[in-house]
Amino acid sequence: MPDSIVVWVAGKNVEVPKGATVAAAVFVAGAFCRTSPSGQPRTPFCGMGICFECRTVINGEPHRRSCQVLCEPGMVITPDEC
Amino acid sequence: MNAESKRSFDVAVIGGGPAGMGAATVAAECGLSVVLLDDNPGLGGQIWRGESGSSKHTQASHWFDRVGRSSVEWILEARVFQVGKGHLSAESPDTVHQIAYSHLILATGARERFLPFPGWTLPNVLGAGALHSLIKSGLPVEGKRIVIAGTGPLLLAVAAYAREKGAQVACIAEQTTGAKFACFGLSVLLVPEELEEVWQLAWQLQAVPHWKNCWPVAALGKERLEAVRLSHHGRIREIASDYLACGFHLVPSLELAQFIGCAIQDGYVAVDENQQTCIPGVYCAGEPTGIGGFELALVEGQIAGFAAANRKDLARKLWRRRDAGLRHVRALRRAFELRDELRNMPQEDTLVCRCEDVPFGLLRAHQSWQSAKLHSRCGMGPCQGRVCGAAAEFLFGWSNSSVRPPLFPVRCSSLAEMPVETIPEIHEGGSK
Ligand SMILES: Cc1cc2nc3c(=O)[nH]c(=O)nc-3n(C[C@H](O)[C@H](O)[C@H](O)COP(=O)(O)OP(=O)(O)OC[C@H]3O[C@@H](n4cnc5c(N)ncnc54)[C@H](O)[C@@H]3O)c2cc1C
Ligand code: FES
Repeated sequence: MPDSIVVWVAGKNVEVPKGATVAAAVFVAGAFCRTSPSGQPRTPFCGMGICFECRTVINGEPHRRSCQVLCEPGMVITPDEC
Repeated sequence: MNAESKRSFDVAVIGGGPAGMGAATVAAECGLSVVLLDDNPGLGGQIWRGESGSSKHTQASHWFDRVGRSSVEWILEARVFQVGKGHLSAESPDTVHQIAYSHLILATGARERFLPFPGWTLPNVLGAGALHSLIKSGLPVEGKRIVIAGTGPLLLAVAAYAREKGAQVACIAEQTTGAKFACFGLSVLLVPEELEEVWQLAWQLQAVPHWKNCWPVAALGKERLEAVRLSHHGRIREIASDYLACGFHLVPSLELAQFIGCAIQDGYVAVDENQQTCIPGVYCAGEPTGIGGFELALVEGQIAGFAAANRKDLARKLWRRRDAGLRHVRALRRAFELRDELRNMPQEDTLVCRCEDVPFGLLRAHQSWQSAKLHSRCGMGPCQGRVCGAAAEFLFGWSNSSVRPPLFPVRCSSLAEMPVETIPEIHEGGSK
């Protein structure tokens, strides 16, 4: 892919176009973002920073809203636990 | 750890969508010092996000260009979490910004209204606008089957865009009646500027079933969405699908306006002919004053910007265009009013609060939003009721007018830098 970058989502290597949000990368990887209090896996929902469903751990930092963060090469993205 | 930045400006504009861009640009062009704050990585708001430099939309490129040439200072990824008379606080990833202002322009836009139905928390069920922005920001949908459900013109825009990117749009499920939709179509056709866009949409969507009187009954699937069950004219249909994009029109983002004490009328911020709220020096423009689309938001933003710069003569020249836009606001309201049957969508165990997993059955026992919040934790999660609040308002008629700082969950170090008089006694909902 021209102009693409590679990130790690839940241990998987995924390629996304430059400018992609972390939320998009989570869908591309077929992964989840967070686990709800009753244990349900969730994926990004509102896409605009208000629902907090897209919270992930990005490079070790928890609770980042992945719909508002752009992918950077080599980023490590894992699910958030809350 | 936070770095702290303290600055002072003639005008602070909150929200970098069309309304905020218009307001900030004209105020700066009139010679004022202007700061424009938005919590996203780029300007443009819901409609033009991420399009700077590459937009097909002539209005978008015009305004990106103009704001770029102006003296406006914009701060991105900065979320305003507190606002008081003459000062506000915003948090960006590593800085807390303390800004003093003389005039404040609120251009905080709108968000989608989401209504609960069984399965709406399943992975791959998402907002209609969310699907749009995800595709824009790199989600490939080629060959994917998508159902789009809810109400409002946004569903059409999303369907057309998904198709353009190679998705197979199985259907658009629109809850309103065919007659109401037709009336809306006619009202749009009377606006010459909209004609081209409408024909283009109709052309792009000619092969997509557009069902009226149709709404989701359930999203089905084990780990992820597999199919959508719809009620259509009283019949149940089941459609296999990779994504369900749903949204029930838009609701204005009023938290900042409510927090600072602006009067709210019929659910929107009340403004005078120069977009000034009941608080002198505080203006509001765009969707918070009525859901009317980006053209109206741009015009209102410019009126507010001119008024803040004390150029009421220039503001007045835009009044007529604004009043035409306000007719569109009323047409939208009539056409996409929610039907009563949608209140029957949630079952007892359907979650209403997605943050705290509170089911419909638990909420029904309460008389008010406050009581439900206290006893069930509904609305106490990090979204602070931004999703479930609008749903509860429709389902139970509860209104939620109490807003407390911080308006978003923030880092403790940012809270520590808030002016003392604005720190709440009880810190609710900040469980970041
Ligand atoms: C999800 C969604 C999708 C849409 N898609 C389309 C479409 O495809 N076509 C179309 O014609 N119209 C669309 N619309 C409608 C269109 O967005 C509006 O008509 C137009 O953008 C209104 O402009 P605005 O400036 O009033 O608000 P917005 O464009 O919403 O801009 C408001 C900005 O303020 C920011 N903001 C809010 N609160 C804060 C805060 N506390 N701190 C910092 N920043 C803040 C928001 O993040 C946002 O960037 C959509 C609306 C939504 C909600
Ligand atoms: S998807 Fe809702 S906050 Fe990111």
